[in-house]
Order: sequence, then structure tokens, then C-alpha cells
Amino acid sequence: MLSVLMVSVLFSGCGQADLPVTTSDVLPTEVADQLPPSSPQTFGFGGEATDERIAMWDIDVKPDGEGLPSGSGTVAQGKLVYETQCIACHGATGTEGPFDRLVGTGPWEEWPSARVVGAYWPYATTLFDYIVKAMPQLTPGTLTADQTYAVIAYVLNMNGLVADDAVMDAATLPAVEMPGRDRFVPDDRKGGPEVR
Amino acid sequence: MAKKADSPLSRRAWITTASGVIAAGLIKTQADAVKIVAQEVSTPAQDPTKIPGRLTSELGQRAPAEQPRRLVRSPNLSSSSRTPLQDLYGIITPADLHFERHHAGIPNIVQEEHELLVHGMVERPMVFKMADLKRYPQTSRIRFVECSGNGGGAYNRDRMPTEATPQSLDGLLSTSEWTGVLLSTILREVGIRNGASWILAEGSDAAVMSRSVPLEKAMDDAMLAYGQNGEAIRPEQGYPVRLLLPGWEGNAQVKWLRRIEVTDRPTMTREETSKYTDPLKGGRARQFSFVMDAKSLITFPAFPYQLPDRGWWEIKGLAWSGRGKITRVDVSTDGGSSWTPAELQGPILSKSTVRFRHLWDWDGRETHILSRAVDETGYVQPTVHQLWDARGERTSYHQNHQRAWKVASDGAVTFGLGDLV
Repeated sequence: MLSVLMVSVLFSGCGQADLPVTTSDVLPTEVADQLPPSSPQTFGFGGEATDERIAMWDIDVKPDGEGLPSGSGTVAQGKLVYETQCIACHGATGTEGPFDRLVGTGPWEEWPSARVVGAYWPYATTLFDYIVKAMPQLTPGTLTADQTYAVIAYVLNMNGLVADDAVMDAATLPAVEMPGRDRFVPDDRKGGPEVR
Repeated sequence: MAKKADSPLSRRAWITTASGVIAAGLIKTQADAVKIVAQEVSTPAQDPTKIPGRLTSELGQRAPAEQPRRLVRSPNLSSSSRTPLQDLYGIITPADLHFERHHAGIPNIVQEEHELLVHGMVERPMVFKMADLKRYPQTSRIRFVECSGNGGGAYNRDRMPTEATPQSLDGLLSTSEWTGVLLSTILREVGIRNGASWILAEGSDAAVMSRSVPLEKAMDDAMLAYGQNGEAIRPEQGYPVRLLLPGWEGNAQVKWLRRIEVTDRPTMTREETSKYTDPLKGGRARQFSFVMDAKSLITFPAFPYQLPDRGWWEIKGLAWSGRGKITRVDVSTDGGSSWTPAELQGPILSKSTVRFRHLWDWDGRETHILSRAVDETGYVQPTVHQLWDARGERTSYHQNHQRAWKVASDGAVTFGLGDLV
């Protein structure tokens, strides 16, 4: 490989633009995606992460509900949260915008209106993971767990996915059946001549 | 713009000025004299061989007439800006012109205080400061980063633009030399436990933006990048450290990285469910469509350029593939009826943009020029019809179909195939 590189360097200095370019010309310039064999098993740079430290940042929620905090919220409580924290961006009924539309049940194929919670979102837990981190847009991360459960209950209720008297908590939220769930398929593109 | 000086400073006037300065006692040494003179030279259009030039400076700047800019559509609300592809040479994007995309603004992070937590299904949960990360074996490689929504503005049959520029259409693409530590090095340090198959990467921005990434990619060529084109990574690109996933969609390459959790399943964050999934015909949606398929784009001639006359022109552009190396770029100057391999300019690097060129003797008649990239898997950049057939016309993201430019008989260049689509 090295000799190929050297030949390529020699010729490139002569400005021979008609030289065929082959992929082997450049392989030696690429660094291997692994450590050299002489590397130690561990280097020891960095510190131990304590349980307290992990708990402070490990706030994500998995689709089976792992990571959901204690607390709860009702549809009625959520309406209050929504109307004070969300309505300006998402509209009175979750359909007006000006930002992402939240409410709707289809027809699913009518993009982009179909990317709403009721038609597209495959997991209700994603609402918690997202809202508790990123919402409200201008004061992110300020809703309590109770407020977050409540506003999710309200949004799900507006989508017709939970009843008016529904209570959302760590047990009920992952159990909400989302219409979009079975729509998603893995990526089947794999290069080669076929267009997918 | 090099403005013409209406009244160029004459040598006599310059001498008078310098004399006045000397008379005022401001020049005490020869160096002072040169400095004063150099400051007088800021007015262009003087004979540069007759006046000493500007002296050295701590920070360089572009020539006054060369001021490429990112395209920011709505300045007060913008969460993206686009690279001026038509203004650049070679394959490297100047760091201050790298496209931007964020979900809650660019965080202000102090490097000394920034920490990366790595935990989950690992033997040794650890916290790394930037100094720790930088002490690990370092590597650099040239890789493109592209937003998976790039070019989606030219997919809808009913809304095909004609006045699109390379920047406005495909400017969510940039290429840098990234420097950092391989993620596999850090995962080796913490020790992956049996059964792990994914990681969650999470940012320290106001959206705490997070994506799930297969462990296989994390252990392959993923990098924790803290350098960009020879300097510290820019705040817009994730300072002090970002996840780099060569060849994969930009959104998954989490910036301002603060946490990696090793898991046995995806977290199903908003950005991998509600967003960055690709609706297909038949009511399905493709999920975890990470790889950016091969694509190319002619960056010259392109709207709004107008060819001033017929004759020899060099068609220039960029090609890239998230699956490896570009092996060929074909160019058509007759609306796609015939194709000729373009000249590829080395280095041809895996998952990097490549420059292509094609000399064209334009006969002055209206035509369409196109390019199509081929990568080392044998994938050929498809026509928009092929994508419509495969995915439907309502899909979104990964719209890597062939781009065309119409060249009118007066030399005016506009985007698209028009009625030929």
C-alpha cells in the first residue's frame, strides 16, 4: 500500500490529470478505526461516576417505562398546564400551530399533518422523555413530574387515546396503546444496485 | 466587492499625509513608519507594487471581496443555516461556514466545566473531563456531515423550485477534518457488559437532544470529536465535544455531548420516532434510517449564474456516500439521455465529499445538465421517479435523487428538469 501511495504522490506532482484515480491510491492516508496493538487494556484517564451523579443526569425514559419518575397527573390538571405553558405554540386544540401540530388521527398518509401524536407517535413514553427535557421551548426542563404527566394526559385525551378521567403515571403511561406503533419498519436500505 | 476608488490616493497626497505624521512626531522608528504607511493602504485600487502592504496580524481575515455567508432563512426563529456550496473550492468547508442545525439554540459551555458521563451496561461507569478525553489516543479524519432532510425541497412534484441555489437546496452538507478520540476507545475503557446493543447519546443543549445509536456503529468508526479543521470544534458544531458518526444522518451525531448510556434497546426518543423517520407508501414509516445514501450535486454552473457565452465551461460539483467511497460520477449535458464519467479529484476518502469536474463545450442551445454518483457498493444515485416509486411521494428525509440544472439559450441557469421530470 505504501508503494502505491508513493507512486501516486510522485505523479501528482507532475500534474498528470489523466492518471486514473483508483481507491487504492488513498487507503494509506486513512487511520485505522482501532487502537494500536500496544495499547493497554485501560488507560485510567477519567473518574468514577457515582450513583448520585448518574441519577442526576439519567433522566431519559425507555419505551417500557423504565426511567419514569413517581408522580401523576389528570386530564383536567393537564388542561391547566397546557393552557398556561403550551397553547401559544401549539394552539388551543393542538392543531393550530404555529409550531408542531399535536392532535389528529389521520388520515395518516397526509404528510406532514400526519406526524401528530395520535396518528404517528409509536410510544407514549416518548412524550415524557421529550417534554421533561425540552419543553416548554423557552423554559425547558421546568415542569414537575406531576405537571408533565398531567399535560401528557391532556394531549393524549385531545387525541382520543385516553378517557376524560384518565390518570397518567409510571404504570399507566407505558400502557397507552398508540395507533402509530405498528407502522414503523426497520431500515431496509443496504447499498448496492437496488433503490429502496 | 472590490469597489473602484473614485479618487485614488495619489502618491503626492500620501507623501503629504506621511509628512504630516512625521511632522507631528508620531514616527520614531522605521517600523513605526511602515505601520503608519500600511494603515494608509486600506483604500483599494492603488498600485500595490508602489505602496508597502499590510503587516502581519494575530488573526487572519478574508479578502474584502470574498465574503461567503451561510444562508439563514428567518433570523429570529432560525434553527438551521446552510453552507454556501457554490462559493467553495475543494472539499473542506471552512469551519465558520459549516451548516448549522439545532433544536434549542447553541449552548454556551465552558470547556473546563464540561463533563461526559458514560454509564449503563458498563463495568466501570465513568466521568470524563475534556482534558481526560484529549489524553486518549487521538485521530483525525475527513468526513462529511449532512442533515437527512437536506434537499427535501426538491421532492414534491407540485412544488419543484426553479430558483434554488446549491446552498438553498442542499446547503445542509459540510465536510471537515474532525479530530478526537474513537468512541470505541472510551467504550473499551468503561467495559461493555454482555447483552448491550445500543447506546443513547445525549446533548447538553436546552433540548437535551438525544438519539439511540446501535452499539455496532459506536464500536466501528464513531468518534468523540473535539477538533474541526485544525482548531477546537466550533460552538455551532458541538463545542467542546460532539458525537461523529461517519456517513450517518447529522441529527444522530449529537452535539455538546454530555452523556452516553449503554443499553440493550433503543430509547425511542422524539427525534427517532416523531422526527427523522421516513414515511413510506402503504402506511409504513422507516425507522433508524441512519445512512446517507450516495448523492451528487453540480455546484457550477447553477442558479443564479448566467453563462455569458457559449464554448468551454467546466462543470464542477460534489459527490459523497455514507456507505464508503465514491467510485464514479457521471455527468449528462443532454437532459439525461447520455452520460459521461466525470473526472474525480483525489483524495477520494470514505464518507467524505469528493470533487468532480467535467469539461463541457456548450453549443449555446437550451439543455439540462445532471450528475449521478456511484459508490463502492454499486449504488447509483437514483432519479426522483425511482424514489417516488420506492417510497411514495409523501416521504421525507433522505431525498438523494439526481439534481438537474436547466441552461437556457441565453445562458441563464435554473434548477430542475422542468417538464422532463
